[in-house]
Amino acid sequence: MSKKNKFKTSIGDQTLRILTLLMAISVVVLMVWMGWEMFHAARPSIQKFGFGFITGRVWDPVKEQFGALPFIYGTIVTSLIALLLAAPIGLGVAIFLNEMAISKVRTVVGFLVEMLAAIPSVVYGLWGIFVLAPWLRETVQPGLAKWLGFLPLFQGTPVGFGMLAGGLILAVMILPTIAAISREVMAAVPNMQREAALALGATKWEMIRLAVLPYAKSGIMGGIMLGLGRALGETMAVTMVIGNRPDILPSLFAPAYSMAAVIANEFTEATYDLYLSALVEIGLILFGITLILNVFARLLIWSVAQGPKGGNLV
Amino acid sequence: MFRKMGKFLTTVIIGMLAVTLVSCGAQDPSTPAGQEKAAPVNLTGAGSSFVFPLLNQQIEEYRKNNPNITINYQSTGSGAGIKQVSEQTLDFGATDGPMTEDQQKVAKGGKILHIPLTLGAVAVTYNAPNVPKNLKLGPAVLADIFLGKITHWNDQRIASENPGVSLPDTKITVARRSDGSGTTYIFSDYLTSVSPEWSSKVGKGTSLNWPVGIGGKGNAGVAGVIQQTPGTIGYLELAYAVQNNLSYATMQNKEGKWIVPSLQSTSAAAAAATIPEDMRVSIVNAPGVDAYPIAGFAWALIYQDQKDKAKGTALVNFINWAIHDGQNLSEELHYPKLPASLISREEVMLKSVTFQGQPILK
Repeated sequence: MSKKNKFKTSIGDQTLRILTLLMAISVVVLMVWMGWEMFHAARPSIQKFGFGFITGRVWDPVKEQFGALPFIYGTIVTSLIALLLAAPIGLGVAIFLNEMAISKVRTVVGFLVEMLAAIPSVVYGLWGIFVLAPWLRETVQPGLAKWLGFLPLFQGTPVGFGMLAGGLILAVMILPTIAAISREVMAAVPNMQREAALALGATKWEMIRLAVLPYAKSGIMGGIMLGLGRALGETMAVTMVIGNRPDILPSLFAPAYSMAAVIANEFTEATYDLYLSALVEIGLILFGITLILNVFARLLIWSVAQGPKGGNLV
Repeated sequence: MFRKMGKFLTTVIIGMLAVTLVSCGAQDPSTPAGQEKAAPVNLTGAGSSFVFPLLNQQIEEYRKNNPNITINYQSTGSGAGIKQVSEQTLDFGATDGPMTEDQQKVAKGGKILHIPLTLGAVAVTYNAPNVPKNLKLGPAVLADIFLGKITHWNDQRIASENPGVSLPDTKITVARRSDGSGTTYIFSDYLTSVSPEWSSKVGKGTSLNWPVGIGGKGNAGVAGVIQQTPGTIGYLELAYAVQNNLSYATMQNKEGKWIVPSLQSTSAAAAAATIPEDMRVSIVNAPGVDAYPIAGFAWALIYQDQKDKAKGTALVNFINWAIHDGQNLSEELHYPKLPASLISREEVMLKSVTFQGQPILK
């Protein structure tokens, strides 16, 4: 170990430090830059409509009137439907694969679930048009209307295409994300935890509830939030089944619209500047909502992670 | 062993390349005189996705006789085409809705000419249980269906236009394009011209605030909704409806005649319409007994004053070819032909394109 050699390594370390620092900074810069550029391009629309853009319910490119509320509503409701369906199922899949299944089943089913994530979204969309929508129209929606038709959520003509179809297709799409991440964090739970619970006379379910889930909960939350992020931004599959109608209607059978979908649909033919600017402002709002949700998710994970590990029996 | 094989393959490939090159060289003298030593010219265009299949075929065909000219056309949508032409980032654009006065004013390179390249027709397509093909739908009935005022297939007004046809008591679901599109423009242009109520409530454009209906993405999306949902009515590019064997309606034209949409009845609309000097005209609800009423032009957008001689010459020559010989490619691709009376006027227009004050095409 001569001095020269030491000098060399420290140069190498320095370079590496600076290089990686630059890479880290570039991510931040990119983010701020994107936000700023979008804000800049959305200026005409922000100046013209102000806050009314977010509360406005009319989207009329012919009369140059733009309001984003129906799109915000559609994005949030479809994502919530997706989350409500995919989170419990995803968690169930993870529990089964990790704690119940024999190893052969685990490999095969685990592989299949992860395959779901690899299907391109346009394929989901086509499946939505040709399989999901007719199935909803002929079987699911008449059934829901018959048994739960007293709720405004399940009233109206069953068409198939609409909010429910959008939510369902998103649920299928985010299921693998939630399942795969939950499974990984549950696999990371030390076996001693499980053995300790079992040694105390816990049943399998009690063992999962007391020893596995509390240990893994911050990771599971993270998986759910990643799924939510995907649902908020998904464009192609949603636009193919949601019915693309900027309206706020109580029924889940009715057509709706999402933010990402309207941008993709109308951007290429936005023929005047204000129109284009209004579309960019929708993009900006989507950017904002995603950011806020991520911060919120991060806080949630922190607060959960700081809590005591292990649960109470009662 | 493998290495030897590799060497052998390389030799074969090089040999094949050499032969190709030689044969290319041998073909050169057969190109038309005057173009033998022509310098390569690259033209870039973008815009309407409706004209893309035809234009692309025309470009390939044209290149066979003019190997020095490379034309790159991107179907980015009419709106984007107009914008890029105005900013002079393209050599030409194509659109299926004419540029507005305001858009023309902000164009950076001066006056833009609209040269019709082809025609489009929009078919009113439906999927109603047990309803035969070519159901008759008059303009007022069509407008009221899309306004949401006629809600069932067995409505009295549909029945009175189709005596003898038994119509089901099914709810009508309207399907329409969700993406901005020239097809929507032509369709809403027609409804605007026949229905005062549509005109005041909705108007015309590439995207609209629709009173009712489900939006599908692209022709394929709308066709998917129609095929999968009994009781649906929508509109599609004629070629798309024909190729997918969907039922489409017979429309009533300005003269009161019932016309089935076809390439011929679309050409007839262009031939019968009064077309102004600048060709920026809507031909919906055109006069003429044979004219199909829901049709429109797709135009090439080029600057009258060309800044680059080589490019300007190549562009004008290509467009001139596209409106003459290039039209022979139309029908197999399900595009109507431009009427002869119009082509001679377009030629006059092309002759007004100049480079430094001198006309390019003589």
